[in-house]
Amino acid sequence: MKILCFGIAREIIGSASLELDADGVTSVASLKAHLEAEYPRFKTLSAYRIAVNQTFAESSEGISEADEIAIIPPVSGG
Amino acid sequence: MDDTIDIQILDIPLDLQTNYDFVVTEACGGINAFVGTVRRWNKNEEVTHLEFECYMPMAIKELQKIAIEAKEQFKAHKISIHHRVGRVGLTEIAVIITVACKHRAASFRACEYIIDQLKKDVPIWKKEFLVDGSYWVNARP
Repeated sequence: MKILCFGIAREIIGSASLELDADGVTSVASLKAHLEAEYPRFKTLSAYRIAVNQTFAESSEGISEADEIAIIPPVSGG
Repeated sequence: MDDTIDIQILDIPLDLQTNYDFVVTEACGGINAFVGTVRRWNKNEEVTHLEFECYMPMAIKELQKIAIEAKEQFKAHKISIHHRVGRVGLTEIAVIITVACKHRAASFRACEYIIDQLKKDVPIWKKEFLVDGSYWVNARP
């Protein structure tokens, strides 16, 4: 599945999108666990959220290949 | 989108007159504007410029949600929100919000509500460039 990366998440991953073929990643919680294992710098952020189909998702929410998934580090608009 | 809400994310300089003109209406006697600009000093560090990036479709959706909430909560008639992306220099405008309500009190409150919510939930990110380095604002504790 393809994950969109913005701001500091884009810099941590080194790309504006990440192609993930991890079988165990079926929920927001498991995606975050996977990201933190592969890219420990995520654990140093003050927080970050996952958006599924352009909406903030709860950690229990399921995700699949068909969804548009994005890593949302702490926002700082304005 | 209805003709009472104007949301734009732009990579060119913002223009207050445009936001003002959008919200002017015979029904309203109070227009409030918030303009966020780039300042030179932040926490005793000298800023050279900012760079904004955004998750465009979601940022537009979140801004629309906030505008709809502000219309309901404060009986705002018209709302215009423009946010800049890309490189923004000192004194340049990062964001403009204009709100028209029947009376002044509601337009002040609605304008404050919109900028506060924007800073919480809209996927836009600011990188601050200092004389000696750069960092993503709010990213680290």
